[in-house]
Amino acid sequence: MAIFEYAPAPESRDVVDIKPSYGLFINGEFTDGSGPSFKTVDPATEEPLAEIAAATSDDVDRAVQAARKAFGVWSALPGVERAKYLFRIARIIQERARELAVLESIDNGKPIRESRDVDLPLVAAHFFYYAGWADKLEYAGFGTKPLGVAGQVIPWNFPLLMLAWKVAPALACGNTVVLKPAETTPLTALLFAEICRQADLPPGVVNIVTGAGDTGAAVVAHPDVDKVAFTGSTDVGRIIARAVAGTDKRLTLELGGKAANIVFEDAAVDQAVEGIVNGIFFNQGHVCCAGSRLLVQESIKDDLLAALKRRMGTLRVGDPLDKNTDIGAINSAEQLARIRELSEIGEAEGAERWSPACELPERGYWFPPTVFTGVAQSHTIARDEIFGPVLSVLTFRTPAEAVEKANNTPYGLSAGIWTEKGSRILWMADKLRAGVVWANTFNKFDPTSPFGGYKESGYGREGGLHGLEAYLDG
Amino acid sequence: MTTSLADVAASGATLRAFLHGLPGVDRVGADQRAATLGTRSIKTTAKSTAIDLAISMVDLTTLEGADTAGKVRAMCTKAVRPGGDAPDVAPHVAAVCVYPDLVAVAAEAVRGSGVKVASVATAFPSGRSSLEVKVSETALAVAAGADEIDMVIDRGAFLSGDYLKVHEEIVAVKAACGAAHLKVILETGELATYDNVRRASWLAMLAGADFIKTSTGKVSPAATLPVTLIMLEAVRDFRAATGRQVGVKPAGGIRTTKDAIKNLVLVNETAGEDWLTPEWFRLGASSLLNDLLVQRQKLTTGRYAGPDYFTLD
Repeated sequence: MAIFEYAPAPESRDVVDIKPSYGLFINGEFTDGSGPSFKTVDPATEEPLAEIAAATSDDVDRAVQAARKAFGVWSALPGVERAKYLFRIARIIQERARELAVLESIDNGKPIRESRDVDLPLVAAHFFYYAGWADKLEYAGFGTKPLGVAGQVIPWNFPLLMLAWKVAPALACGNTVVLKPAETTPLTALLFAEICRQADLPPGVVNIVTGAGDTGAAVVAHPDVDKVAFTGSTDVGRIIARAVAGTDKRLTLELGGKAANIVFEDAAVDQAVEGIVNGIFFNQGHVCCAGSRLLVQESIKDDLLAALKRRMGTLRVGDPLDKNTDIGAINSAEQLARIRELSEIGEAEGAERWSPACELPERGYWFPPTVFTGVAQSHTIARDEIFGPVLSVLTFRTPAEAVEKANNTPYGLSAGIWTEKGSRILWMADKLRAGVVWANTFNKFDPTSPFGGYKESGYGREGGLHGLEAYLDG
Repeated sequence: MTTSLADVAASGATLRAFLHGLPGVDRVGADQRAATLGTRSIKTTAKSTAIDLAISMVDLTTLEGADTAGKVRAMCTKAVRPGGDAPDVAPHVAAVCVYPDLVAVAAEAVRGSGVKVASVATAFPSGRSSLEVKVSETALAVAAGADEIDMVIDRGAFLSGDYLKVHEEIVAVKAACGAAHLKVILETGELATYDNVRRASWLAMLAGADFIKTSTGKVSPAATLPVTLIMLEAVRDFRAATGRQVGVKPAGGIRTTKDAIKNLVLVNETAGEDWLTPEWFRLGASSLLNDLLVQRQKLTTGRYAGPDYFTLD
């Protein structure tokens, strides 16, 4: 028995009221879906949480029509009036932050510490930020004319944050939206629908259609959608790009990644270790910009790995609602199977696998924090996005080799550089083909900073001034 | 490490090269790590364990110009029986910490209780005197019965890059300590940068410190969480490199149970539980003790008692 064992410190579930079933949110009302409903599950226990309506293409059509009708009213409002609604939504999100955070952790499996301290503050900040832009569009340089109806499809890793990234700029610019949340994590989007009503947002400005891939495909394919925004896997991104090709729809894609987190021998080691941990184990590694490839300078490899392993031994895996949990549940059985499969391939191809001793709960979807050493560029686990708490460690000898290896991937979403030498940071950042380059930190987000990828990580930028471009007809 | 640690202090140049060769500390990252650990939620049984652990680690301190034998005796009574006559007995604190001239009084007052007597020495708090004075003050305190000496480093020498002078002083004071344990106060508020905190920690450990201590309590900021974090990393790495374990004592500014628990979380998740004993971790404080007792009683009875139910010695 340890001297200082942390007692369970669960956040109360009482703040959330999960209904037995949820409908679609169309034209300001909750309505039934025509498709066969499905269940959303608590990934930490495998318990079903609620019955969710599935939208068919007819339902999606109703939603798009509602958005089209609302577009007339919404786009005609002066920016300063649209801003008032967005500020109101932002404030309600802050007021109901605990409820949203708990619900997010229940439906997604992420630790409450992260949903409380990272997701929710960023969600509110995003709405505040774009609320501020609504009456200043003429200064942004992309025109002031909205596009129309935006069809938005978002992933399960940051359900509410991705909603905010999509909805806030769209609305600020005067567009209306039809949003499809991921089928495994619809609950916070549906609570957001309630918040839209609470804020008296005009009906039809925000419509939320739940469902699986078919529903998303119907949103993307709908002829009256002017703009498609997607965050998710590169495979689905390709399908969407094909579906949109030849139409006059605008498209932005935020897809996968295989980011290099590059640690030089002169790095601040203890902080670099924290950055590596945060880079790959934050949100169970379900992060498109996760630092899933650690590139460490060969001269410090042994010391750094020893420090990393020691630190991994202190990670607390378990109940997402426990305030001391560092790593929560894997979001779905399907994702868990993929992580297991890729990890087995890693072993089979000869990389050395290591995880700290940690007890995983019996029920639910769990995967221990894992590191693979002896990984080469040609290993599958160095090339394919695992989207789980699995780190591949590679080495380099010179800065030029670090750049070469970091860029030698079909992706290009993010990268990290750890060095105490400022000039090297600038030199590296200039050469890394990645949408975001973090220096001496990792996985830092801010609504004022644009985010997006190179190559197979997608195109278009979300966040910041640049994020307005995707929703304006310049 | 290129130089063997025994040879590091052979000259000013080797010492400097070694200390400047230590990995840097990124301020933003260190602050963030300390803040994240500060969000650990320590409740129920864990809180109860932590409170008793914290009480047992307190160096109950009075370092005022107005200190008298009476004041010191009263504090010692409290140190030995912090909870007074409460049926559920709180542990005694680790030590009392006084000026050298009051060591004899304190030693008499705590005799046989298990509470140690610590004394500041070496021209505390500024350290601005000759080595001769520092050594003789140390000898005086030890002769009067001090079990532990809390010395200050010469921050002027450190900041001007004269690491060898700082090293030599610590070695000399350590020799004067004899069997007494030596705590080396870095006064991190004056060292200012985290890189300096790491270097000063290693410098003190290389010179033979049994403990490294953040502050005198006379300079603000005193013991901040990031500084304690960096010192805990230093003792952890030092043990890994040399096999010798060195203790850590944050002092100054730790006033609430919450602060104390955050410190214990830092220890637990940075240096590890080998340091979670009064032998290897201390909290230099005065008013903290009563807050720990208040919270301790709250856990037992479910109610807060008024301040008059806790003694003020």
